[in-house]
Amino acid sequence: MSDKVNLNRRQFLGKASAAIAGIAIAPGMLLFDFAHARPAGEAASSAVRWGMLIDTTQCDSGCNECVSACGKENGWPEAKSPTDVQWIRKVELKQVSTGRQTSLPMMCQHCAEPPCVDVCPTNASFKRADGIVLVDKHRCIGCRYCMMACPYKARSFVHEPVLDHNSDMPRGKGTVESCTLCVHRVDRGEQPACVEACAKAGHRAILFGDLNDPHSEIYLRIRSVASAQLRADLGLNPGISFVGL
Amino acid sequence: MLKNFAQSETRYFYALIAFGLLIAAAGLGAAHFMEEHGHVVTGMNNQIVWGMPHVFAIFMIVSASGVLNVASIGSVFGKTPYKARAPLASLLSIAMLAGGLSVLMLDLGRPDRIIVAATNLNPTSIFAWNVLLYNGMFALAALYLWTMMEQRMNRWSKPVGFAVFGWRIILTTGTGLIFAFLVARQAYGSALLPPMFIVMSFAWGLAVFHVVQSAMYAWNGKTLNPAILKRMKNLLGIFVLATLYLVAAYHLSNLYFAKQTAFEHFILYDGGIYPYLFWGGYVVFGSLLPLLLIYLPSLTKTPASEKPGGVVAASLLVILGSFSLLYVFIIGGQAFPLSIFPGYEASSSFGDGQIASYTPSLPEILLGCGGLAIAFLITAIGVRVLDSLPHDVPDRRKHEAE
Repeated sequence: MSDKVNLNRRQFLGKASAAIAGIAIAPGMLLFDFAHARPAGEAASSAVRWGMLIDTTQCDSGCNECVSACGKENGWPEAKSPTDVQWIRKVELKQVSTGRQTSLPMMCQHCAEPPCVDVCPTNASFKRADGIVLVDKHRCIGCRYCMMACPYKARSFVHEPVLDHNSDMPRGKGTVESCTLCVHRVDRGEQPACVEACAKAGHRAILFGDLNDPHSEIYLRIRSVASAQLRADLGLNPGISFVGL
Repeated sequence: MLKNFAQSETRYFYALIAFGLLIAAAGLGAAHFMEEHGHVVTGMNNQIVWGMPHVFAIFMIVSASGVLNVASIGSVFGKTPYKARAPLASLLSIAMLAGGLSVLMLDLGRPDRIIVAATNLNPTSIFAWNVLLYNGMFALAALYLWTMMEQRMNRWSKPVGFAVFGWRIILTTGTGLIFAFLVARQAYGSALLPPMFIVMSFAWGLAVFHVVQSAMYAWNGKTLNPAILKRMKNLLGIFVLATLYLVAAYHLSNLYFAKQTAFEHFILYDGGIYPYLFWGGYVVFGSLLPLLLIYLPSLTKTPASEKPGGVVAASLLVILGSFSLLYVFIIGGQAFPLSIFPGYEASSSFGDGQIASYTPSLPEILLGCGGLAIAFLITAIGVRVLDSLPHDVPDRRKHEAE
C-alpha cells in the first residue's frame, strides 16, 4: 500500500517537474520562434560593408536635421548637459591656417578595427559581419573603457534612468550606447534616419551604402572624388569618409 | 598613560572598527545612491568618463602590488629584516586590493552584472585580463600568507614568494596597460606607462607600509629598530626618486613631439587645477619634501631621525602626491580635448575642441573613502587575528630584557 502511494508520489513529482520545466522553457522557445527580425538565410554578411560618405561642402552649419531625426528614431532626447547622450552631433570646424569654415555630422565611425571592441572586457561591444559596430545592452557593465578608447568620442554613457523607449532601440541607464547606423532600418532595407532627414532638408550631404558593392553609388563616388577618413593615421579604417576636409 | 591605554586597548580597537564600518557604510550608501539615480549625481559626464572613484581605486590597486615589494625583498632577495615584514605586507596587499576593486566594481554603470564580467572575458581586453590577474593576486597573497604562518608550510614560502613577485609585476603591468593601450587620448598610449606604474607601485606601497607599520608599533608601545627604519626609509627615497625620473621622462618625451606640446602645455602650465596639482601636489609636496625629510643631513643626523615621525610624514606626503599625480593623469588626461580634426579648431554641443570640466561630487568621494575603509577594516582585523606584527630579532631581545 505504502509502496503504491510512494510510486504515485514519484510519478506525480516526475510529471510536475516536466511540466514546470516546460513552462520555464516554453516562453523562450516561443520568443525564439516568433522574434525573427530577419528570416533565416539573410544573416549579416561579411560580403557587405555598410558605410557613409559625408560631403561637408553640402552640409549647412545652421542645419541640425540629422541630429533631430536620429534622436526621434532612436528615442534619445535633445542634449542639454554634458551628461546627456548624443549619438550624432554637428561639429563646426575652422581651418587654423586659412580660416575656412566647415560643418559636418559626427557619429560612430564604424571602424574595421574598432578600439572599443578590443578593450571591452565582456564582449558587449562588437562588430557585426557587415561592419556595423554595436553595443549589446545586456552585456554592457557600464565600465566606460570603450569611451576612453574611442578616438572619435562617439559613445555616450546613459547617466539617468530612461523612461521612454523606442521599441526598435532598447536603452538603459548605466550602459554605453552610440550610433547603430540605424541597424533596424538597414535590416529592413531602409536608409539610416539621418541620411533620410538630410535628403529631405535638401542637402543630400550623407550618402549611405555598401562599400563592397561595385554597383552602389557610394562605391562609385568614393572612387571618383577625393575623400578622407578621420584620424586615418590610427589605421582603424572607419566606414565613414568625408569629402571637403 | 600607556598603562591606561593598555587597559582600554580593546575598547579603542572596537571604536576604530566602528569608525571604519561607518565610513565603509557611507561608501556603500553612496554607491547605492549612484546606482539608484544614475551617474548624473556624480561629477563625471560624457567627456570625463572616469573620475574620483578611479583615482582612489587605482591608488589602492597599484599600492596593493607595491606593498608586496617588502615581502619580495625578503623572499626573493633574502633580506632578513624584510622577511619579518612579509606577513604584514601580504595582509596589506589583500586589504588594499579588496578596497580598490570594491570601488571599481561599485562605480560600474551596472554593478549587478558583475557575473557577466566574470563569465564573458574578451581575450583582447586588458580589463578582462585584469579580472584574472586581480583574482589570482588575492589567491597567491593568501597562499603566501598561509605558507608563512603555518609552520608545516614554511618550506613552500620561498617558491610562493617568487610566484607572488612575478605575478605582481605582471599585475601592475596590466594596470599600466589599461592606459598604455589607449590610442585615442594624448595622455595615454605610451609604452612607458607600465614600467612607470611598477615604479610608482614600489613607492606608494612602501609609503603605505611605513604608515601602517608605524601605527602598529605605536599602538603596541614598541620601538622599531633604528637600523631597520633607516634602511626602509632610504629605500622609500630611492623609489620616490625613480618615480620622479619616469614621470619626467614621460613628460619630456611628450614635450619633444610637436603634436603633444599643446597637451603638455595644458597639464604643466595653463590647465588650471592640473598644473597646480602636478607641481604643488606631486612634485613639491609629494616628492621633493619627502626626499628632504629622508635625505637632508640636518634632519637625518638628529636623535629625532631614529624616531618614525619623519618617515611617517614623508610617507603621508608620498601618498598625498600619489593622489595628485593620479588626478592629473586620469582626469587631466581626459579633460584635454581629443585631436579628431588636426589643423582645425572644432566646436560642438558635445565638447569638441573644449577643455572638459569636472567637479568631484560627494558620492564619488564617499565611495572612494569607503574603499579605503574596507582596506582599513581588513588590515585592522587581520592584524589582530593573525600575528602579523613584524618580529625582529633585536626587538625580541630588547623586549625580553625589559
